[in-house]
Amino acid sequence: MSLLNKLEKIVHYFQPPQKTARVAKERLQIIIAHERQRDNPDYLTLMQKELLEVISKYVQINKDDIKIELDRKDGCSILELNIVLPASGVVA
Amino acid sequence: MAEVIVVTSGKGGVGKTTTSASLAVGLSNRGYKTVVIDFDIGLRNLDLIMGCERRVVYDFINVIRGEANLNQALIRDKHAKELYILPASQTRDKDALTQEGVQKVLDELQKTFDYIVCDSPAGIEHGAQMAMYFADHAVVVTNPEVSSVRDSDRMLGLLSSKTKRAEERREPVKEHLLITRYSPKRVTRGDMMSLEDVNEILAIPLLGVIPESQAVLRASNAGDPVILDEESDAGQAYADAIERFLGEDKPFRFVSEKVHWIKRLFSIKEKEHA
Repeated sequence: MSLLNKLEKIVHYFQPPQKTARVAKERLQIIIAHERQRDNPDYLTLMQKELLEVISKYVQINKDDIKIELDRKDGCSILELNIVLPASGVVA
Repeated sequence: MAEVIVVTSGKGGVGKTTTSASLAVGLSNRGYKTVVIDFDIGLRNLDLIMGCERRVVYDFINVIRGEANLNQALIRDKHAKELYILPASQTRDKDALTQEGVQKVLDELQKTFDYIVCDSPAGIEHGAQMAMYFADHAVVVTNPEVSSVRDSDRMLGLLSSKTKRAEERREPVKEHLLITRYSPKRVTRGDMMSLEDVNEILAIPLLGVIPESQAVLRASNAGDPVILDEESDAGQAYADAIERFLGEDKPFRFVSEKVHWIKRLFSIKEKEHA
């Protein structure tokens, strides 16, 4: 073992241990946010499709004109729906 | 009309059965007629924790199949006055647990009981889904540990989609977080997530915090639910959780490290100097 290695070990010994609880929390926050998103798209895409169908009955819009976003914090979910209507495009 | 409480967690070994047993005893000691049902078909264990394993004759599946009636299968608990246990089948296939069958048994229990506690099996399979399907309340048991917290979050997802209340778009199942095996000492050291950490991630109301305690193993050794060990920290923490469940405002105990009086003296000195 080189002197440098030894030195590193000695330095490491005196360093305060890393707070693993914080690491745990950060890892959980990331993975859970990811998994919650994954749980939802089924109904989100379905809803987007149905909304598009309904709105298309009255107004001419494209698929890209509807934006749906779901945010979840503090135990409640916020559904944000953004529909861009064209200036003139009423069908019936 | 009874209220149905499911005790669930996703992950195994976090204290579902221990919690179910203490919750049932606690509710019945407060005067509520209570029944606790073991949904872990094939891996019956609630009977051991409740200390009635030698009195099991008929089980949940026998009742569902009409091979025995409810009164034959219900075991009267020896600790509490108005408490009955409905054991799981040890031999049958878990597919015997049909939704119609569970509904039939719960409907009959609804007539006489105030609370029906459903001890869920681990996992997210059929048994766990049957245990939660009819629930009005869910006690989500979580250890302050990554896999347990993640699994609890998954269960919260299922509770909001795969229950009768969710399907009928009624008021959602009331969720309660119960943190078990909590060690304030390790939290102070930074080796364990704090209850605030866990609560922040799962974001449901906190029902109780049960400290890591020698009393829990002693209780299961003896077959006496730990809430009956009134001297123990875990027993008292469960008693507090019951009070909170019933709507009382109880401060949380056993959540901070006991500081030795010499240390405390020093910390006061330090503060004075600062």
